[in-house]
Amino acid sequence: MDALILQILNGLDKGSAYALIALGLTLIFGTLGVVNFAHGALFMIGAFCAVSLSKLLKFSYVTIDETQKDFLGNPLKVETPYVESWFGPELGASIIDWSVPLSILLAIPVMILVGLIMERGLIKHFYKREHADQILVTFGLAIVLQEIVKYYFGANPIQTPPPDALMGVSNLGAWFGLDLPYPNWRIVYFCFAALVIAGVFSFLQFTTFGMVVRAGMADRETVGLLGIDIDKRFTVMFAIAACVAGLAGVMYAPINPPNYHMGMDFLVLSFVVVVVGGMGSLPGAVLAGFMLGILESFASTTWATTTLPGINQIIIYLVAIIVLLTRPRGLMGRKGVMEE
Amino acid sequence: MLGLNKNDLTLLAIVAVLTLFAPFILNPFPADSAMAQFNAGYPDLMQRFIIFGIFAIGFNILFGLTGYLSFGHAAFLGVGSYAAVWMFKLLSYNVVPAIGLAIIVAGLFSVLIGYVSLRRSGIYFSILTLAFAQMSFALAYSVLSNPKFNLTNGETGLQVYKNDPQIFHGENMQDFPHFFGIYMNSTHTMNFGAWSFDFNAGYYLCAIVMILAFYLSIRIFRSPFGMMLRAIKSNQTRMSYTGLNPRPHTLAAFVISGMYAGLAGGLMAAMDPLAGAERMQWTASGEVVLMTILGGTGTLIGPVLGAGFIKYFENIFSKINDTILHQWFAFLPDGIEDFVVFIIHPFIGKGWHLTLGILFMLVVVFLPGGLVEGGQRLGKWIKSRGKSDDSSATTEPAE
Repeated sequence: MDALILQILNGLDKGSAYALIALGLTLIFGTLGVVNFAHGALFMIGAFCAVSLSKLLKFSYVTIDETQKDFLGNPLKVETPYVESWFGPELGASIIDWSVPLSILLAIPVMILVGLIMERGLIKHFYKREHADQILVTFGLAIVLQEIVKYYFGANPIQTPPPDALMGVSNLGAWFGLDLPYPNWRIVYFCFAALVIAGVFSFLQFTTFGMVVRAGMADRETVGLLGIDIDKRFTVMFAIAACVAGLAGVMYAPINPPNYHMGMDFLVLSFVVVVVGGMGSLPGAVLAGFMLGILESFASTTWATTTLPGINQIIIYLVAIIVLLTRPRGLMGRKGVMEE
Repeated sequence: MLGLNKNDLTLLAIVAVLTLFAPFILNPFPADSAMAQFNAGYPDLMQRFIIFGIFAIGFNILFGLTGYLSFGHAAFLGVGSYAAVWMFKLLSYNVVPAIGLAIIVAGLFSVLIGYVSLRRSGIYFSILTLAFAQMSFALAYSVLSNPKFNLTNGETGLQVYKNDPQIFHGENMQDFPHFFGIYMNSTHTMNFGAWSFDFNAGYYLCAIVMILAFYLSIRIFRSPFGMMLRAIKSNQTRMSYTGLNPRPHTLAAFVISGMYAGLAGGLMAAMDPLAGAERMQWTASGEVVLMTILGGTGTLIGPVLGAGFIKYFENIFSKINDTILHQWFAFLPDGIEDFVVFIIHPFIGKGWHLTLGILFMLVVVFLPGGLVEGGQRLGKWIKSRGKSDDSSATTEPAE
């Protein structure tokens, strides 16, 4: 029983990342009808927002402290981050400590900007062209983005620890008499993902803007005929989708040290998630994301890997192939989306 | 002749001459001159040109004719490589059975994957092939390399060991792939004044195979079957209304292109008897897509050009470093020289992929027909300029 719940919990953090990326992909696909192969790169840029902020905060100046000696007997060089000298040592240190959650504040404007530039500058010109062309140009863009990141940050993964307070492991099941050790940051990640998903859905459901967007997703032409500039709203939705992917990346940085190709790694799986969930269905994408995450975690148990070696590596693809062949529209796909 | 019309025959002849004389053409600079680093006439690189050319020709039969964008073709190349190395391990280092088995295994594998993937089209097809390729990568990388059943030798890569059976391996044979006694790594170097040209047995095997492969692809393009495939691309619904079932044709195209990939994989193993899982990763599939698009989708010569272009510049760009740039721009004033080098720096050396990505985006945006279309436009522009000089005096009649 304990082991079962633990596996479900283990699947949740990866599942949250899949769900967030797939949600953004579906938003873009449902609104603009564009297949965005650069979405993984947006996730990666988000993660590198966290990396750059923590680097920026640690920017420091060197003073020589005459009262202390290092092991060679020379005066000790003390590095003091600027943040500590501005806000005082205690507040400064805790700002540095909390750099990952703080990066959210940096990531939101950055991702919105990146999203707007991408949509206005490139993707706008590809609405009328074939899906193959859209795939190709965004694939090219993904290569460019990841190479730029590689140029500035190097090819090695960069450790970005979570705040000390959220480090460790806590026993989730203590109240119920179960033994469920689970890392704190993963709980944070799951809650954060749930919050973002809820935010996106309520934005679409309860605001006028969201209502117009949903109407546009259902019938773009009619909404245009009603005198609404639907293109502008879809551009905003692209920025929001980019932002969702970026936020997923920011908070994922402590779980998996960011490297330049993490976007590509997640992209392939997120596409599989979107297809399993059903192209163009937002709840489908979220559901499939969590489902496949949990499935993957079950397949990684020792029991599964000893019976069928390597099953954890291929389970997602297997499920995707089976789903596509038996339910071609995916779990919750709508009729008429992406059908020739 | 050979069942080709005049234009195609000329094209085939040009390709044949270019490949057979490549050791001369690709070595235009004397061996010890400063420009020698732009020479591409050494065996290893020339083999790569040809092998990726074959791979791209095959990919183009699927993508160029039917419009089905596969993102998993590297899987067939990898399977071909593994099959060839297994032949080396079991029989002998002769390349003929190895390449033969590589083609057959890749063909069977592509029947399997094609049958499943082709039940869907458009974006779904791309994602299905991507999923299959990633699955094969995972299988090759870890699943099929456990001690009980070691088919791929995992991370190390499959290679031939001393204690392998090799039942037909002769007593005094070298441990390297050969074509009935001609070793793939045997190179004859011809010195001609300051120039030196390398003639490599492996390269010539690849070259002959590529000419055959290219000939076959011309025949496919011009055949009724090729017409059928084009019909699938332009309007599948109409095709089925005329009473033709598109699926067997698409599957045939998929299998043929899979076999081309297997052939490329087999040749790759024949040039260097090692097969690794990284050849199957989806970025490798992406590379062949880049080559085909860059050269010109749906054209005969495009994929070969694209493959050559990418492999050549990959090689050259990775070699250029800051010192060389400083030499080139030495004529500029110091400050400007440093600035120019600083600007170019991210695009060279390890930054080659950045250049490739930008180039690829530009091609997709502005030149969907690739290098071939670029050449045609240039040709037309020159022609029309020539004409307008003649007829500049005549005025167009009003409509």
